[in-house]
Amino acid sequence: MLLRHTPKEIGERGALTINPAKTCQPIGAMYAALGIHGCLPHSHGSQGCCAYHRSTLTRHYKEPISAATSSFTEGSSVFGGQANLLQAIETIFTVYDPEVIAVHTTCLSETIGDDLPQIIDKADKAGKIPPGRRVIYANTPSYVGSHVTGFSNMVKGMAATANCTGKKNGKVNVIPGWVEPADMEEIKRLAALLEVEIILFPDTAGVLNGPLDGQFQMYPPGGVTMEELKSTGDSTGTLALGEWCSAEAARLLDTRCKVPCRVLEMPYGLKATDRFVDALRTIAGVSVGDEINHERGQLVDMISDMHQYFYHKQVALAGDPDQLIALCEFLVSLDMWPRHVVTGTPGRAFEERIKQITAGLPYQVNVKAGAGADLFLFHQWIKNQPVDLLIGNTYLKYIARDEDIPLVRFGFPILDRVGHQYFPSVGYKGGLRLLEKILGALLDRKDRDDPEQSFELVM
Amino acid sequence: MASVIFEERRDQIVTKGEAPFRISCDKESLAGAVSQRACVFCGSRVVLYPIADALHLVHGPIGCAAYTWDIRGALSSGPELHRLSFSTDLREQDVIFGGEKKLERALIELIDRHSPNAAFVYSTCIVGLIGDDLAAVCKRVQQAKGIPVIPVMSEGFKGNKRAGYAAACRAMFSLVGTGDTAGIPTHSVNLLGDFNLAGEIWIIRDYLERMGVGVVAGITGDGRVADLQRAHGAGLNVVQCSGSTMELAKMMQEAFGVPFIRASYFGVDDMAGALYDIAAHFGEPALMERAKQVVREELAVVYPQIMEARRRLAGKKVAIYVGGAFKAFSLVKSFRLLGMQTVLVGSQTGTEEDYQELAAITDPGTVIVDDANPLELMSILKEKGADVFVGGVKERPIAYKLGIGFCDHNHERKLALEGFVGIINFAREIERTVLSPVWNFVPRIGGAPLGARRAA
Repeated sequence: MLLRHTPKEIGERGALTINPAKTCQPIGAMYAALGIHGCLPHSHGSQGCCAYHRSTLTRHYKEPISAATSSFTEGSSVFGGQANLLQAIETIFTVYDPEVIAVHTTCLSETIGDDLPQIIDKADKAGKIPPGRRVIYANTPSYVGSHVTGFSNMVKGMAATANCTGKKNGKVNVIPGWVEPADMEEIKRLAALLEVEIILFPDTAGVLNGPLDGQFQMYPPGGVTMEELKSTGDSTGTLALGEWCSAEAARLLDTRCKVPCRVLEMPYGLKATDRFVDALRTIAGVSVGDEINHERGQLVDMISDMHQYFYHKQVALAGDPDQLIALCEFLVSLDMWPRHVVTGTPGRAFEERIKQITAGLPYQVNVKAGAGADLFLFHQWIKNQPVDLLIGNTYLKYIARDEDIPLVRFGFPILDRVGHQYFPSVGYKGGLRLLEKILGALLDRKDRDDPEQSFELVM
Repeated sequence: MASVIFEERRDQIVTKGEAPFRISCDKESLAGAVSQRACVFCGSRVVLYPIADALHLVHGPIGCAAYTWDIRGALSSGPELHRLSFSTDLREQDVIFGGEKKLERALIELIDRHSPNAAFVYSTCIVGLIGDDLAAVCKRVQQAKGIPVIPVMSEGFKGNKRAGYAAACRAMFSLVGTGDTAGIPTHSVNLLGDFNLAGEIWIIRDYLERMGVGVVAGITGDGRVADLQRAHGAGLNVVQCSGSTMELAKMMQEAFGVPFIRASYFGVDDMAGALYDIAAHFGEPALMERAKQVVREELAVVYPQIMEARRRLAGKKVAIYVGGAFKAFSLVKSFRLLGMQTVLVGSQTGTEEDYQELAAITDPGTVIVDDANPLELMSILKEKGADVFVGGVKERPIAYKLGIGFCDHNHERKLALEGFVGIINFAREIERTVLSPVWNFVPRIGGAPLGARRAA
């Protein structure tokens, strides 16, 4: 029992996090930056940060992750990191030849007070940025928010490169939030089915789920281009998927370039996908074709086929706010009961929304976000009120094993299974996959636990 | 290949046989490099991590604790407190007003709940900047709770991983000499620098016990606080992975007169050599006799299997890029035993001495590299036509993309690679990747398909 150290009694907790349900900002910024075509993310801080982020992303995607670091030393921490960043920009363009460098800060450079726009401007004036190349940036102090905040900040940094020419490009901006490359692909496919031209950013499809082709490409073919990012200021509108991941960037485009925005929940499950398709349809002024209706019908069909197995199954979920909100809504629509919900990312609105989604259920949901919302507390809740299913990242496997509860892996990071890179969870197709995984976990457990007499062939 | 190497790094990449061997190393990485290196904190954390009955509290923002949560397969035969992740999760307010109070509350809460035998408190970049007095907090809590509470000065920016090893050694050294050494036999050792990945230290302990040598402390593998406290009673320190724990061995020699020898348990020659060296140190003929007996018994089992593996692997080319150079020595020798040729060998943190030794044991034409980046590694792999790459987590997908086999010789290894049995596991691991049928489906280096799959 790896987690035998977790007592059932929930006591007073000091300022301390045990087994976190989050990590720090820079990794989110790094993931977002990988969704820009030809981009080398750059970590402005100690070498360790960059190594850790690259290792974690590598373990999750099983793809090479390139990112550079300012390699801070004792000297830089006293005198500031300007010299390091100037040298880094020069080195990177000379040796790695990216189209764009996306710099994010760390707790170290933030506390020292390095002024990124000023340093980047200096690099530009000193001719260290070749013509046509860009350096974009985001401030990502590790002691504020979480990895989700860092992702959002870098996406906002992308939106900040928008040009507002006043001449509309007829496209819709879609900000997908922290979803998998396969999800980004699926969103583009849905938009194409609706015949809506979109600019999706970031877009890690083709970057972090590439084929084995006998070469190591530092800049794989995927990703949103800088040209496209520039033109987001001329789009008809913006759909931001997820308040925590995407809303800031959308609002920036709204205030800077008067591109009207709508913030939706991430399109996991039936209802959220309905709202996404409807919003896209409305903005672009198109109608929904048969193919999408067909896919929707298939999802409803699968739910109806198996609905008796979902009935009042209790679920504990841990992960990131935008994903958890959409998943909880999906579960409730399946007649399942989200019982315990934890995210390490702060946000009171999260707790309120989860309570709202579960308002009609005959129990009070346990929900917590931010300080003290860690997997230690989550485990304690589960010990006090056992559940039938866990949904969350790989770190939940300790609880799954100790408490003997099936686990559906979902979120970040997934260090011990594959598939998330290639199969979407968003949209109606993604809904089918989520259902397949949930059902598989529940029915495998039933098959394992049923006594011989009632062990069923047909389910 | 030349085009991807920085001008500033030319002297960190050397091909053996090109004039007298000189390599530049022990340099700080160039800013802007896609370095595979990590930081001071990382170094301290990996060395202390296997002390399983201690509390390991990371004082800093959440990332440092999150990324080091149970990432190392350092097995414990008992308590597993080390596999949890504890962090003070510093927030903006703490950065402004200081995090000492938070740290103290966290320590007290954790010690009360988990009753560890000691606590290690890791300093991170930010703590170094905001100036929290870690030592003072640790001292107060130690007095209040009656267990050793040890600050680990591992601010990330204060150097590379090696500086972190040193900080960890200083932290461990503060425990040594505080325990009772009664009952420790004369022929006894501490094992330093073995992390018990996949249970390796248990294999080594078994050999030593069969020889009649007791193990007082597995300092960095299946570690216990009490063992460390009485480690000064051992007759000898046996230091593997010299980069990480040599400093502790030196401190123990100076303070307690415990001599040390270097050893490697990886590969048949080095494993046997280690047992002989230990026996020779104690100078008792019976011990040497038993050491030879152990080696004979083990070799009788593994030798036929090695020859068997050699038949399948001979002639394959291997590239090695590991954290510490010491590990690379044993790898080069083991590959030679398997009939394979090392075409590239490098490390993140080797010293000049290390690289001299590498140059001495490799064949002419082998590329030797310090602190490489992925572009360099890739171009050398391609140029040299490597069949398998030995490296860490960040290198694995690069090798696969090129259609090259991979062996993790770092934290993520799943099989014991040390000891006599280890060479068989190692051969098996190399075999299953080098000879995997998957490579038949990919364009090999240079675009030519492997085998006879080209359409006629």
